[in-house]
Amino acid sequence: MRAPNPPSKRDPGILRYGAFSRINHWLIAISFVMLVLSGLPLFHPFFWSLTGLFGGPTMTRILHPYIGLFMALFFVIMAVRFFKVSLIKRHDIQWLKQIKDVLTNHDERLPPVGKNNAGQKLVYWVMVLCVPLLLVTGLCIWQPYFADAIPITLRRLAAFGHAYVAFLAIITLIIHIYSGIWVKGSFTAMVRGRVSKSWAKHHHDLWYEEEMEKERKEREMTKQQHASMQGEKSK
Amino acid sequence: MRGEQINSQNIIARSATSVPSPHRRSGGVEAVTKLIDVSRCIGCKACQVACSEWNDLRDEVGECVGEYDNPTDLTPDSWQVMRFNEHENEQGNLEWLIRKDNCMHCAEPGCLEACPAPGAIVQYANGIVDFNSEHCIGCGYCVAGCPFDVPRISKKDSKAYKCTLCSDRVSHGLEPACVKSCPTGSIMFGTKEDMLDLAETRTDFLKGRGYENAGIYDPQGVGGTHVIYVLQHADKPEIYSGLPKDPRISPLVDGWKGITKPLASVAIGLAAFAGFFHYVTAGPKETPEEEEETQENEVLAGEERDQEPEEKRP
Repeated sequence: MRAPNPPSKRDPGILRYGAFSRINHWLIAISFVMLVLSGLPLFHPFFWSLTGLFGGPTMTRILHPYIGLFMALFFVIMAVRFFKVSLIKRHDIQWLKQIKDVLTNHDERLPPVGKNNAGQKLVYWVMVLCVPLLLVTGLCIWQPYFADAIPITLRRLAAFGHAYVAFLAIITLIIHIYSGIWVKGSFTAMVRGRVSKSWAKHHHDLWYEEEMEKERKEREMTKQQHASMQGEKSK
Repeated sequence: MRGEQINSQNIIARSATSVPSPHRRSGGVEAVTKLIDVSRCIGCKACQVACSEWNDLRDEVGECVGEYDNPTDLTPDSWQVMRFNEHENEQGNLEWLIRKDNCMHCAEPGCLEACPAPGAIVQYANGIVDFNSEHCIGCGYCVAGCPFDVPRISKKDSKAYKCTLCSDRVSHGLEPACVKSCPTGSIMFGTKEDMLDLAETRTDFLKGRGYENAGIYDPQGVGGTHVIYVLQHADKPEIYSGLPKDPRISPLVDGWKGITKPLASVAIGLAAFAGFFHYVTAGPKETPEEEEETQENEVLAGEERDQEPEEKRP
C-alpha cells in the first residue's frame, strides 16, 4: 500500500523547501526542543531531572535565555519568509470544518489546499503569537540582566505569562511534530526538500497546480528561446 | 554537609517539593517570633552591625545621601536595614518613624511557593524560612514571590540572600544576633505566643500614652509572620517606609504556581499520548497507490513529449 512519497528516480518531484528554509527550520526546531527541555524543569519540579541534560540546575537557568534569543532571531527570519503562504484562505476554513475527515484520513473528501494546509497555517500563527510573547516576557524575568530593572508587578505578570504561553507553544509543538510523523512524506520533505508530484497533488493540490503551471511556462520559454536561436542561425 | 542547614529533620515545607520532607524532629517545637517594637527604637543600628558581624557580611561602605538610611536598601550583603521616615502627624508635629526592615518569615511564604529549585527554600517547624543557597539557581523567582520585596540576588555568585532569623543561632538555643545587640529592648525574641502577649502589653501602654491606633503588625494575609511589629500607627503601616497594609501573595504568583501547572504538565503528557494513540487507531496518512501510478505515468508522458524536439534538433 505504501506509496513512494519521497521523490524517486522515475519521479524527481518538486522542490518544497529550499536549503535555506530547511536549515532555518531545523535551527529553530533544535533550539525549540532545547528550550522545552530546559524550560520544563523551571515550569514544574516534576521535570527537574531534565536539568541534568544541561550541566545542572544553575547552568540550565543560565543557558535557557540564550537559546531563546538564538531561536527568536531565526524565527523572525522564517516568519517573514513564510508569511505569504500562511495567509488563511477560504478553502482553509472549509478544510478546518472537515477536521474530522482530516483526522480519519478521508482525504478524498477534503477541499484542495495550497502549499500549506490550515493546520500548518495555524501552527505558523500560534507561533507568531507565542514567540514574541515568550521573548518579551522572558527578557522581563532574565536574571541577572533585565529583571532587576522591571517593576515587580510586571515581572510577576511576565513570569505568569511566560509559563502559560510556553504551555500553548509546547502543545502546538507536539501537534506539529506528530503531524510530521503521521503524514508520510512531510518529514522527508523538510529533511531533503523535495516531494513526489503525486504527494504534492494528493496533499496540496492547489500548490501542485501552481508549480505545474510554472513548469509549463518555463518549458514554453525554453522552447521559444530555442526557436529564436535557430531563427538567428538560419539568417 | 553539602550546605544543608543545621537541623534538616524538622522541615515542614520545602520549595518545589510535593512529597513530605523529614520533619520527625518537630515534636514540641514552638513557633518562634522576633518582635520589633518600633516605638522603642532609637535608630542606633547596632542590630545592623550585629547582623553583619554574626553572618560575616561586609557590605560596601556607601555614601551619605542626605538621610540616615545606609545602606538605603536591602542588599545581598545587608540582610536588614533601618528605614527612617520623618512623618508629619495630624497635629503638625514631627514623628521620626524608624523601622528595622528584614525578612518577615511568613507562615505562608511567597518565596517558597515561587521557588522552582527543590530544597533551595525551606521552612522549619519553628517557623523560620531559610534559603538553602547551595541549591539556589539564581532565577529570581523568590523576588517575584515575596510580598515584602526582601530577597536580593548577589551579583557575585547569583544566589538569593535574606535574613535567616539566625537559624543557626536559634537552633542552638540562642536569640538572633540583632536581638542580642539591641540596647533599648526594642527587639525581643521568644515563642510567638509570648511575643504576642508582650506586644499586647506594649500596645496597651502606647494607647495609654495617646497613640489611639497603636497595634500589632502580624499580617494574616500571609498566614501571620514570625517577625512582628508594634506600631504606634497600626492603621497606617505604609507610613513606616512602605510597610504593606495587607500583604498577601500576589494572585499572579498563585496563578503562576498553583494547581494549573501540574494540570498543564499532565496536559502535555496527554497530548503526546493522544498523538501516539491516534497513530495506533487512525494510522498514517499516505498517498494512495493508484494516484501515485497515474501521476507517474503523466510525468513520464510529459518527459517523453519534452524529449522529442530535443532529439530532432540538428
